[in-house]
Amino acid sequence: MQENRENIIARLQKEILPLQGLKLPAANHALQLDLGPIAEAFPNKSFPVGAIHEFISHAPEDAAATCGFIGCLTGGLMRNGGVCVWIGASRKLFPPALKGFGVDPDRIIFIDLKKDKEILWALEEALKCEGLATVVGEIPEMNFTVSRRLQLAVEQSRVTGFIHRYRPRNINTNACISRWQITSLPSALGENIPGIGFPRWDISLLKIRNGKPGAWKMEWASDILRPITPFMVAIPQEQKRKTG
Amino acid sequence: MSRRFVTIWFRYLKTDWLSRRQPSLLHTPFILAAPDHGRMLITAANIIAEKENIYPGMVVADARAILPGLQVFDDKPGLAAELLKAFAEWCIRFGPLVAVDLPDGLILDSTGCSHLWGGEAAYLTEINKRFYANGYHIRMAMADTIGTAWAVARFGKENRIIEPGGQLHALLSLPPEALRLEAGVIERLHKLGLRQVKQFITMPRSALHRRFGEHTILRIDQATGMKEEWLQPVHVVVPYQERLPCLEPIVTATGIEIALQKLLETLCNRLHKEGKGLRQARFICYRVDNKIITIEIGTNRASHHINHLFKLFEEKLSTIEPDLGIELFVLEAPKTEDLSPMQEKIWEGICSLENIRLAELIDRVANKIGATHIHRYLPDEHYWPERSIKQASSLEEKTNTAWRNDKPRPAHLLAAPEYIDVAAPLPDYPPMLFRYKGKLHIIKKADGPERIEREWWIEEGLHRDYYAVEDEEGHRYWIFRSGHYDQEKTHQWFIHGFFA
Repeated sequence: MQENRENIIARLQKEILPLQGLKLPAANHALQLDLGPIAEAFPNKSFPVGAIHEFISHAPEDAAATCGFIGCLTGGLMRNGGVCVWIGASRKLFPPALKGFGVDPDRIIFIDLKKDKEILWALEEALKCEGLATVVGEIPEMNFTVSRRLQLAVEQSRVTGFIHRYRPRNINTNACISRWQITSLPSALGENIPGIGFPRWDISLLKIRNGKPGAWKMEWASDILRPITPFMVAIPQEQKRKTG
Repeated sequence: MSRRFVTIWFRYLKTDWLSRRQPSLLHTPFILAAPDHGRMLITAANIIAEKENIYPGMVVADARAILPGLQVFDDKPGLAAELLKAFAEWCIRFGPLVAVDLPDGLILDSTGCSHLWGGEAAYLTEINKRFYANGYHIRMAMADTIGTAWAVARFGKENRIIEPGGQLHALLSLPPEALRLEAGVIERLHKLGLRQVKQFITMPRSALHRRFGEHTILRIDQATGMKEEWLQPVHVVVPYQERLPCLEPIVTATGIEIALQKLLETLCNRLHKEGKGLRQARFICYRVDNKIITIEIGTNRASHHINHLFKLFEEKLSTIEPDLGIELFVLEAPKTEDLSPMQEKIWEGICSLENIRLAELIDRVANKIGATHIHRYLPDEHYWPERSIKQASSLEEKTNTAWRNDKPRPAHLLAAPEYIDVAAPLPDYPPMLFRYKGKLHIIKKADGPERIEREWWIEEGLHRDYYAVEDEEGHRYWIFRSGHYDQEKTHQWFIHGFFA
């Protein structure tokens, strides 16, 4: 009886998801992002593509970390030759760095605009464009109406949008499917080895529609995002195979 | 690139034509004559007749007196124009723009054509050979301007190529007739004893203008290249242009949209049929009050997609003020490119830089906000961070250089390095702590130094020693010391970026 009930609830939940506007990725569109334990938080345990994700950062260091994480996600989504459009007002991103996150920087088109109005217009146009893998927008302020418009744009085109809000004045409710906050963590290379290790981040998923928010400590090990464990610090080589 | 013109002067156009039709005439003197004021005037004389001092303009009776065996034929009016038109069309093989220069010449715009024949000399030789083989005597010259080429062809001693910029020098020793002046002016010049161009071309322009008129100045300027001279080619390159006159002046936005839609449909259908796509289009509205309003669009890739082009124009349609009404709409495509329909099919749907939708998106942004806001970067072969990337000029551009991934590069790079205060224990050791924007960062881990030299062939200055450092909070920075540690203490520390 108990099992049966759980099954029913799980089935009903799956039925509700499409009704709430979440489209299941088509079989040929199976772009599986390998996000390790983070995947547990998403509906259907797969990273929601064709939706708008919001990232919030307050310090320049965190903005760089957020950029790195967006780079990881974009790299995964662009794996089969996609194109990314990067729209913002004051771009600090140094394109060669993205190579380290699995993105070919020459497949990113940067649109540098000054006014918020222009950025939002360009964002909406880009999100409507079906040929793109991802669209990254750097804009601090985004009200509910704007986020709703952007969400509607991607529901048609199935483009994944990342909105990076650096130092927003207020963190309001909006129609984005998720809200992330990334901060950097000290890296580790193993005992007595000098120098800086792989970038490590504290990834907190503050909000996710139809999913479970959470926080993870992760490390980008040149081609894979893996959780940090104390064991790993000692022998990084072996653990890579286990989680990968 | 300077323009190059060839003028061809047919010295015996009509008689050569007649000799070609009747080979028996090749070795006999003959003339063509036409009635004028009740007598027969010679209009053309062949080369043998000219040797006997019989020239066009003489009365036939006088010529008969000089040479009793002279054959006389009737001149057909309009023969020269007919012949020249046929030659001009034949000459299109030597250049796309050929114009008839009545009564006895052709003008070729050979800009960028002569290299196909292996140089200008070979080009002229080839033209000369082809005409000579057909029995025509021609004289040619090549120069930067039509005027000079015309003058040298007719008044020079042989076929000549005037070097670019050498117009004035070539003209100096020629008679004033060479400048294509009016007959009255030439007569006046001769009366004044000005028998060579060099005698009057250096005179003050105001004096020339007063004595010989506006036309003389214009001809001098055209010959020397100060003023542009236009050809009227026999075959005009067909422009991509559509017109839509309106019975009633259009004043509403909807009306303008309908007009644009209609014009786009006809133009795009034509482009589609010819396998072309436009790169630039201009929508011109002629208003009732004689004002002309123009809006322009450009595309990244040739396109004849009606909806896309309409969208591009749509952004700018609001800038059209119909005022009292628009009576004529013109849509033209000054720049078109070949576009095979196959390409379009392949590109559609594929998620890559060749994607047609991406090109359309970029067109829209470029048209609304400006192409200068759109950037794409390629790796460049420089170690200096600011120069390690270069702007790509197009979506398709590729380089052989791969993106480097072997050295740490920050996710965020500051537009310009900023000063920091540091405490460093020893030369070539990373600093222990630094102060940036009033905040103290104690460095826990560091990598480096990575020395990057300034490229002396580009600019002079100090080298940089880069360190990747991590502070106690786990934030990672890219800092560098500019210059050596030395007695003068010229070195300075900077922060240049943030690692992810």
